[in-house]
Amino acid sequence: MLMGLFNHWIVVVLMMIGLYIVIAHGNLIKKIVGLTIFQTSVFIFYISMAKVDGGTAPILMANVSQYANPLPHVLILTAIVVGIATTALALALTIRIKEAYNSIEEESIQEQNKKQASEPDELDPRSDPY
Amino acid sequence: MALLVVIAIEVARLKDLFAVVMLTGIYGLVSASFFVVMDAVDVAFTEASVGAGISTLLMLVVISLTQRSEHPVRNRPFGALLVVMLTGGMLIYGTLDMPYMGAGDAPIHIHIAPRYLNDSMQEVGVVNVVTAVLASYRAFDTFGELVVIFTAGVGVSALLMTVGGRGEKKPMVAINDSMHKQQLILRIVSKMMLPFIMLFALYVQFHGDYGPGGGFQAGVIFAAAIILYTLLFGLTSARRVINQTVSQLVAAFGVLLYGSVGLVSLLNGGNFLDYNVLASNPISGQHLGILFIELGVGITVASVMITIFFNFAGRKELQKSTSEK
Repeated sequence: MLMGLFNHWIVVVLMMIGLYIVIAHGNLIKKIVGLTIFQTSVFIFYISMAKVDGGTAPILMANVSQYANPLPHVLILTAIVVGIATTALALALTIRIKEAYNSIEEESIQEQNKKQASEPDELDPRSDPY
Repeated sequence: MALLVVIAIEVARLKDLFAVVMLTGIYGLVSASFFVVMDAVDVAFTEASVGAGISTLLMLVVISLTQRSEHPVRNRPFGALLVVMLTGGMLIYGTLDMPYMGAGDAPIHIHIAPRYLNDSMQEVGVVNVVTAVLASYRAFDTFGELVVIFTAGVGVSALLMTVGGRGEKKPMVAINDSMHKQQLILRIVSKMMLPFIMLFALYVQFHGDYGPGGGFQAGVIFAAAIILYTLLFGLTSARRVINQTVSQLVAAFGVLLYGSVGLVSLLNGGNFLDYNVLASNPISGQHLGILFIELGVGITVASVMITIFFNFAGRKELQKSTSEK
C-alpha cells in the first residue's frame, strides 16, 4: 500500500509546492520557477504510470517481453520541449515588464497601475475605466 | 524522489534568485535520473538537456537582465498554505483509488499500448517504439507540437527583437569581453569539445530509430553547442557564424519540411503523413518518412532554441549599451 502509492504522493507534494510558489510569491521569475516545478510533477506522474514491474525501456529486443508503456513517454517527451519554449516566452514577457515598470514584483506593478488609473491621461488607454 | 521534494522546498524558501535557478538545474538533472529508473530513456534524455541545460541558461540570462534577489513586499503565506493543503489533501484522497505503480494490469497498459508494442515492428519497422509512436502513429500531434515551438520562437523574437538590426552595424560589445580573454583554458577545452558535441547531436538525430534519441533531443543538443560557443566567444562572433535571420528562416524550413512530407504522401494517394506510399515497400516508406520528419523536428528545435537565446543575449547587450550612454 505505502510503496505502491508513494510515487503519486510525491507528485502531489511537488505539485502543491509549485502551486504554493505561484500563489504566495510576487516575484515573476519565482512564479515561472514554480510553474516549472508544477509542470515537472505532471511529467513524473505520467512517467511513473507508464512503468511496468520487470519491464525495460520500450526499445524492442529479443528475449524481452515486458516493456514500459511507450505512449506516456511520447507525450511527455514533446511536452518537455514545448514547455521550455513556452517558458522562454514567459521569460521574454518578464523582460518587457521589467523594462516597462522597472520592477518584476507584482505589488509594485499593481501600485504603478493604480497610480496611473487615479491620474487619468487621455493618451494612455489603460486609464480608460471602460 | 525525496531529494526532489527537498530541492523544491529549498526553491520555495530561498530569496536569492541565482541560487533558485541553480537549484532548478539540479532539480532537472535529478528528475532526469528518475526517468531513467522508470525506463523512460528518451524522456530522460530530453529532460537532462532541457531541464538541466537550456532552461537554466535562459533563466540566468533573464536574471542578469532583471534583478538578482526577490523583494518580499507582502508576506501572508497562510492563505496560500491553506489553499495548497486543501487541494493536496483532496488529490491524495484521489490517489487512494489509483492502481499501484508498476502494476502490469493497470488500465493504462491494457488499451492501446499492447498494439504499439506488438505490431509496430511489422507496421513501422523501427526498434524504438517511442520513435515509432512519435513519428508515425502520432505524427499529426507531433506536427502540432512543432508548430507550437515555432510559434514560441516567433513570439520571443517579436517581444525582444532589437530594433533596426540591419542598418545598425556598429560593433556590439561582447557580453563580458574581459572574461573572454581571461578564461583561456575554458575556451580552448570547449573549442576542442564543440565538434564532438555537434557530432553527438547528429548521432542522436539519425540513430533515433534504434536507440534513445530523435529530433527533439538532437535539436536541443545542437543548440547547446552553439550556445556554449556564444557564452565563451561573445555574441558578436557567434552572430558571425550563425546569422539570426538565417536561423529564423531555417526554423521555418524545418516546419515546412515536416509539412511537405505529409503533402507528398497526400499526393501519392495516401492520407496526410501516411508514409506507406512514399516508397514501393511500406516499411522503407515508413523509414523514409520518419527520417525526414525527424530531420524537420531537429532543424526547427535547434534553430528556435538558438533564436531564443540570441534574442535574450542581444537584449542584454542593448541594455548595456544604453546604460553606458
